[in-house]
Amino acid sequence: MEWEAPAIVLAASSYGEGGAVAHVLTEHHGAFRGLVRGGGARANLATWQAGNLVTAHWSARLPDQLGTLRAELVHPSAARLLSAPLPLALLSSACALADTALPEREPHPAVFGELLRLLTLLSLEVGEGERSGPAAYLRWEATLLTDLGYGMDLSACAVSGATQGLSHVSPRTGRAVSPEGAGPWRDRLLRLPPLFLDPALAGDASDWRDGLLLTGHFLSRDVFGQRHRPVPAARERLFEMVDRLAANG
Amino acid sequence: MGGPEIERLIALLSRLPGYGPRSARRAALTLLRQPQTRLLPLADAMEQAARSVRSCSTCGNLDSRDPCSICADPGRDRSIVCVVEGVGDLWALERAGVHRGLYHVLGGTLSPLGGTGPDDLSTRPLLVRLEEGGVREVILALGATVEGATTTHWLADRLSGFPVTVSRVGQGVPMGGALDVLDDGTLAAALLARRS
Repeated sequence: MEWEAPAIVLAASSYGEGGAVAHVLTEHHGAFRGLVRGGGARANLATWQAGNLVTAHWSARLPDQLGTLRAELVHPSAARLLSAPLPLALLSSACALADTALPEREPHPAVFGELLRLLTLLSLEVGEGERSGPAAYLRWEATLLTDLGYGMDLSACAVSGATQGLSHVSPRTGRAVSPEGAGPWRDRLLRLPPLFLDPALAGDASDWRDGLLLTGHFLSRDVFGQRHRPVPAARERLFEMVDRLAANG
Repeated sequence: MGGPEIERLIALLSRLPGYGPRSARRAALTLLRQPQTRLLPLADAMEQAARSVRSCSTCGNLDSRDPCSICADPGRDRSIVCVVEGVGDLWALERAGVHRGLYHVLGGTLSPLGGTGPDDLSTRPLLVRLEEGGVREVILALGATVEGATTTHWLADRLSGFPVTVSRVGQGVPMGGALDVLDDGTLAAALLARRS
């Protein structure tokens, strides 16, 4: 059993003295773990940083074995972002979410494609990544929720059926609501930033905070709550960072 | 093979970094062949170290004195504190002999996978040192990894309320490193951190 495919490194933990167990995300094979011989060696550490795009080669004698992973570095996303706090926090959070939320060996091409676009945006031009990275990240989280079966329905107002001016989301059903439909329940609904409805919008720190609260509610309740696990710490730190940005205007 | 004492010695040695069962057997055999000159002095040194070596209550370094010999050295520049991930990093910087200030051992980096959160790091003693005054610069010398950089940004944010300069170690081309043999990540970091 073996395959070779473009992959995104999600995580790597040391195994034994010189080895590592790496977790990668591929388009057609999904999230895959494998033993990396020498993965803990200094010369290989740079390759196995979260967010890096690699060409991965997995092989095992039987399909249900852990197998071994080898990789050739294609794009060092992580190295380009080490000195950029917000893009690095976005990268860390996205990789931690994909690492913990996606089921093993189940293809999620949309999640892979959006994550690849996000990492490219963040790492090719750091300034652009700081401006439009958070919006792209939030849209990726929405894609992740949809792919896992907990997607929000932002097509029309759940109350009036209106398709324009949607402003809130029901925390119970995940369906969008217009200001008129929200009525007296407005304070109990989650705010829907316009960047979820228009891919051209980058939003500001306040929109990013509202967006993280919106997707965070469903991630916490549906994706991680079902498994009685907390949302990854990297995502909590991202929220704290964006919350501070929003508070500082 | 040679009694439970020898088996125990081999089993304990094989748990050390760089040792496996085979190399542990060789080491045990070497020690047992010359007990007076190798085994007993080693056992004595290990016992003494186990009894006397402790973490420094100021910086977290390992030493037989508390405060450690670095913290107690009057010749050190007490206004500069270099924050490192572990004692091994502190020793590496001491070997290089380029830092004449003090240190602070953080005890790890933020790691979602490893389960290391802010509460697991030794940040409170560092903040106490800064509150006491006398420090004008904190050098964050953590690894050039996603976890190291995340910890660096997080710590820099925590230190922003103090009247200290927060600096970071540079990243880029290592000494003796030809560009054509460097990995892409190191080259990218070196170019992004270029200066005139």
